[in-house]
Amino acid sequence: METVVTQADLTAHAPQGHDAPRIGIAPESITRSVAEQRPSIKARAEGLNFHYSTVHALKNLSIEIPEHRVTALIGPSGCGKSTFLRCFNRMHDLTPGARYQGEIIFYPDKLNLIGPDVDPIEVRMRIGMVFQKPNPFPKTIFDNVAYGLRLRGMRNRSLLQEEAEKALRAAALWDEAKDRLDQSALALSGGQQQRLCIARALATSPEILLFDEPTSALDPIATAKIEELITTLREQVTVIIVTHNMQQAARVSDYTAFMYLGELIEVDATSKIFTNPGKKATEDYITGRYG
Amino acid sequence: MSASAQAMQLEQIRRDVERRKVFDKLFVILGLLVMCACLATLFVLFAKLVSDGSERFSWEFLTNYPSRHAERAGILAAWVGTSLVMLVTALVAVPVGVMAAIYLEEYAPKNWFTSVIEINVNNLAGVPSIVYGLLALGLFVYQFGLGSSILAAGLTLALLILPVVIVATREAIRSVPRTIREAAYGLGATRWEVTKDHVLPYSTGGILTGMILGLSRAIGETAPIITIGALSFIAFLPTSPFKGGFPYVSFQWLLDPFTVMPIQMFNWVSRPDQAFQANAAAAGAILLAMTLLMNGVAIYVRYRFRKKINW
Repeated sequence: METVVTQADLTAHAPQGHDAPRIGIAPESITRSVAEQRPSIKARAEGLNFHYSTVHALKNLSIEIPEHRVTALIGPSGCGKSTFLRCFNRMHDLTPGARYQGEIIFYPDKLNLIGPDVDPIEVRMRIGMVFQKPNPFPKTIFDNVAYGLRLRGMRNRSLLQEEAEKALRAAALWDEAKDRLDQSALALSGGQQQRLCIARALATSPEILLFDEPTSALDPIATAKIEELITTLREQVTVIIVTHNMQQAARVSDYTAFMYLGELIEVDATSKIFTNPGKKATEDYITGRYG
Repeated sequence: MSASAQAMQLEQIRRDVERRKVFDKLFVILGLLVMCACLATLFVLFAKLVSDGSERFSWEFLTNYPSRHAERAGILAAWVGTSLVMLVTALVAVPVGVMAAIYLEEYAPKNWFTSVIEINVNNLAGVPSIVYGLLALGLFVYQFGLGSSILAAGLTLALLILPVVIVATREAIRSVPRTIREAAYGLGATRWEVTKDHVLPYSTGGILTGMILGLSRAIGETAPIITIGALSFIAFLPTSPFKGGFPYVSFQWLLDPFTVMPIQMFNWVSRPDQAFQANAAAAGAILLAMTLLMNGVAIYVRYRFRKKINW
């Protein structure tokens, strides 16, 4: 059974609560492991508009982000996918002239992430981010992983060590890093640095982890490791990943959203988007006609 | 194209490259000459001071007060005064300058008001030092009633080098990559946490360089110190900062009269007795050595900090 649900339908059937969420497609038709159970919704953007001084960067976006799934945002350069991603952890608040409209509802507590009365720091405490270029702090590996926990007031050294190990294991870096925790993170290779950044974000147990083109500065082998890692991560965290590499989106994600010129063109199960897209623009993009 | 034509073309390319490389070599020679001229001037100056003052270099020169007899005159009061004034200058200029720079870089909204402040900070670096002296005379010496004291001198020189410290600190803060700040903000850090855990530690090398550059300028300043009325003949030291009874430290020295090295030099140079010229030269050599030492420390510290951080 194939049910194509357009974005209009999606918004029309907004969930009553997070217990009875609707994802953009009937669960039966979702392939792979996703079909096992109906995912609940972790976040839902509703009529999101974003202005950067005079530029209208995001136009009336509505999308649902399923919990414990990987959602990929794809689209040509400048389509606003990174801009959209950075709305989730209010990164735009650091740039003057940024303006949000609409809402991004965060479940289960139905917090509007971009509400003017919501503290961006509170949002960033709950939503982690991994950046385009590996950006470890010029401190030791241990201090990098422990930083987020220390910000949260954890001072106990053995507890910090325990949590750091857990995070490094989750980021598949423990075996390479366990003997050099007190060495500078800058001595690691690019791929290791990026996994360290993932560990740093995971250490604080975020509810959503945002990836902004995490492999664009890495070689193919390091990229493969990160991709493998991302597919395993969804067991503990909801993932949103921006990528300009369509194969990557196909490999790691459960859902794919295609954006173009600041608009969300289509969102659906990844297998559906890549085999039978609903919109002409999506098809043109994934078959390489532009972008 | 025939083989010979190809060879000719290759020949042409080689000649062209040779011709263009001539300018490369010319510039290297020119640059080397200019650099040598600068270094040689400094070296000759230093050597002249050392040779002129050679007969005065002795332990007594450092431990004696000024005297009417050139052989017995020393720079004890001057170097102690200079050290204490520099201490006050550093303790005032560095915290104030660094905080101002942090505010301007990390906190201040980008509007016309901050632009005006920025332009003025840069302009202040070019204000003649005598103007600071006049300001200090009116404000610190008379208005605040500090008199011609170490505190007044330290505050004056702190004002003088504040723009240097601010500009250097801002430069250092700005060199911390945006991606590092984003990483810290992304983990939920506040602005202050980002500043104290990342921006400041990573820019310490640059901040220290700015501080030493400022102090190197301040240590040789004469005009503003004369303007606020420093003594030129002084035969006692400021009150000791330590005392027997509770609370064991005393800040009386801040309000004591003083002299500094450049004033002592100026005083000796202006004497008719030729013997005092040697004292002036020796004091000049020591002042220069103090400056070079400070710069050396700055270079070493910066090297240590840069080694750890390599973006």
